[in-house]
Amino acid sequence: MIVRGAESVLVQGITGRQATFWSQRMAEYGTKVIGGVNPKKAGIEHLGLPVWGSAVDAAKDQDKPIDCACVIVPPPGVKSSVLDALKAGIKKIVILTEHVPVHDVMYFLSAAREAGASVIGPNTAGIVTPGECFVGFMPAFNARVFKPGCIGVISRSGSLGTLVCLDLVQAGLGISAFIGIGGDPVIGTDALAALACLDADDRTQAVALIGEIGGSMEEEAADYARGMSKPIVAFLAGAASPPGKKMGHAGAIVMGDKGTYAGKKKALEAAGVAVLPTPSMLPGALKERLGV
Amino acid sequence: MNFEEHAAKPLLKAAGIAVPDGGLAFDAEEAAALAEKLGPCVVKAQVPAGKRGKAGGIALADTPQEARNEAARILGMEIAGHPVKSVLVERQVRIAKEFYTAVLNDAATKGPLLLFSEDGGMDIEEQHPDALVRIPIDIREGLRAGALQAAIPQIDGVAREKLLDVLAKLYTAYADNDAELMEINPLVVAQDGKIIALDCKFTLDDSALRRHQELAELGTPEKLTELERRGQKIGFKYIELEGSVGVLSNGAGLTMTTMDAISHYGGAPANFLEIGGNAFVLGKQALEVVLGNPRVKSLLINFCGAIARTDVMTGGVLEAWDEVDPRVPVCWALGGTGEDEARAMLKQKLGVEPLPSMDAAVKAAVEAAK
Repeated sequence: MIVRGAESVLVQGITGRQATFWSQRMAEYGTKVIGGVNPKKAGIEHLGLPVWGSAVDAAKDQDKPIDCACVIVPPPGVKSSVLDALKAGIKKIVILTEHVPVHDVMYFLSAAREAGASVIGPNTAGIVTPGECFVGFMPAFNARVFKPGCIGVISRSGSLGTLVCLDLVQAGLGISAFIGIGGDPVIGTDALAALACLDADDRTQAVALIGEIGGSMEEEAADYARGMSKPIVAFLAGAASPPGKKMGHAGAIVMGDKGTYAGKKKALEAAGVAVLPTPSMLPGALKERLGV
Repeated sequence: MNFEEHAAKPLLKAAGIAVPDGGLAFDAEEAAALAEKLGPCVVKAQVPAGKRGKAGGIALADTPQEARNEAARILGMEIAGHPVKSVLVERQVRIAKEFYTAVLNDAATKGPLLLFSEDGGMDIEEQHPDALVRIPIDIREGLRAGALQAAIPQIDGVAREKLLDVLAKLYTAYADNDAELMEINPLVVAQDGKIIALDCKFTLDDSALRRHQELAELGTPEKLTELERRGQKIGFKYIELEGSVGVLSNGAGLTMTTMDAISHYGGAPANFLEIGGNAFVLGKQALEVVLGNPRVKSLLINFCGAIARTDVMTGGVLEAWDEVDPRVPVCWALGGTGEDEARAMLKQKLGVEPLPSMDAAVKAAVEAAK
């Protein structure tokens, strides 16, 4: 999923502490934040923006459909917030909350599928179109980290994604879209879906795929990567992590021979993707493949 | 959170699946007393690990005396690093057939997945892919009877309706308990035709713990070192490792990457520690836990803030600096949200500049630990 500057964004849970800070950053940067939702505070103004009791109510007040919902509510409320956004007809939903019960996630992903909506996350740091807008917890406004350009970046992690973007920009490259997909075991937009999205994006000429140990998402993305003409380079976090332990992200765990670094590296390399040992090597590899 | 067999089976029973009669014993006498009541029985080590049978942790006992002897032997064992503290004593079942079945959260289909195989007793990774029946389920609809009818093969000598009923109940147990995995291996058909769950493995989704408080106490506590326990108490995820480069970083992905870079440049990380999210104000405690590991010969502080601001994290660590008084060389890398402010703080407080990149800081920390 990519969000561009012209698209409208509704922040569910806008009155929270984190949500307030980041909604302000988003609006300052150029994201079209139209307001937010808090069922207990319908009718008030927050950050100079309207607060509705539900996304459905917010949608009724608009001339055009709302493009994107950004969910920053506590874990027990995420399921009902997402269902509310779907009912409001919103087709892009970015879920920043961590620790959402997986059965809830599977429930609203099924509902989203039926509604023809895309979901990013849960537990994502968000998405960025440098120079235009961002939705989430990313330092898009830091010019050392984000500049417009032609590299699409996919990352499960916000902190590591930030480091990669910093490295790319410091090396003179720019970013077409940053897609944070989230660190949970079951997520709406997986590496494969994000890759397909960047493949179809006119502004993206090459992709940096930042994966992690655990699950089989990178292996599935490798199958798609094989057929892509845009060059892809990858870094996979967790080569030095011990097996059987959850490394902070609920999804980052090696069980038996599933989810290992070696298995993912092999699958990606077999698909023609360069897998590099440190993220600092990504810019050089991208430049070489782009011939710049 | 993982549940041992004795804690998982009652959930199957509650869903209406038959399990053997039995009870938990903490010493040989308790095992013998149970055997007295049950008749010929099985004595099974209760540890959070697979392959208990191969390790000698499961034994048949036809008399109370045998149960006493086997329990005494098994209670002295260690299986996959876990000392056996209790045994489950259950009535023996005369087995006609053994199956494998489980329901789990599937990342690929983004929904529950029911698995069934006629090769009971074998682990899932040993199952032949062709022999494994896979039924993806829409969690909003639940398991439809038609899906089972269509996918589960006709098996000679097995009452089909009974089998499908057990599988439907397994799905209920999975759904009611926010399971990541609810596995029965083996599910057996007894000689009298009854279908019985001989073993059960249950993993509860940690994110759903708060709506299953009653279960939380029955799960297996994670095996933690002293420092890991301290970290858990404070509220961050700390994992103690064998190396000598202490790691203080933010976010799971960046911390893993920092560890990878340390390995790549010839060192070994002393810990994983996630100080992102809400933990970024816990600078002092984080510093104390990381430096509390006596193997630490150098400290690498690598902050690249996204949601967690680099200046706030740096400020938290610097505030604790004099009190904690790190005696090992410290290498800094700072980037992301609030990096300029963080650099200024570091300069003012300690009179040092961060290294120009993460790689440079990692190399320096690895060198300093040698």
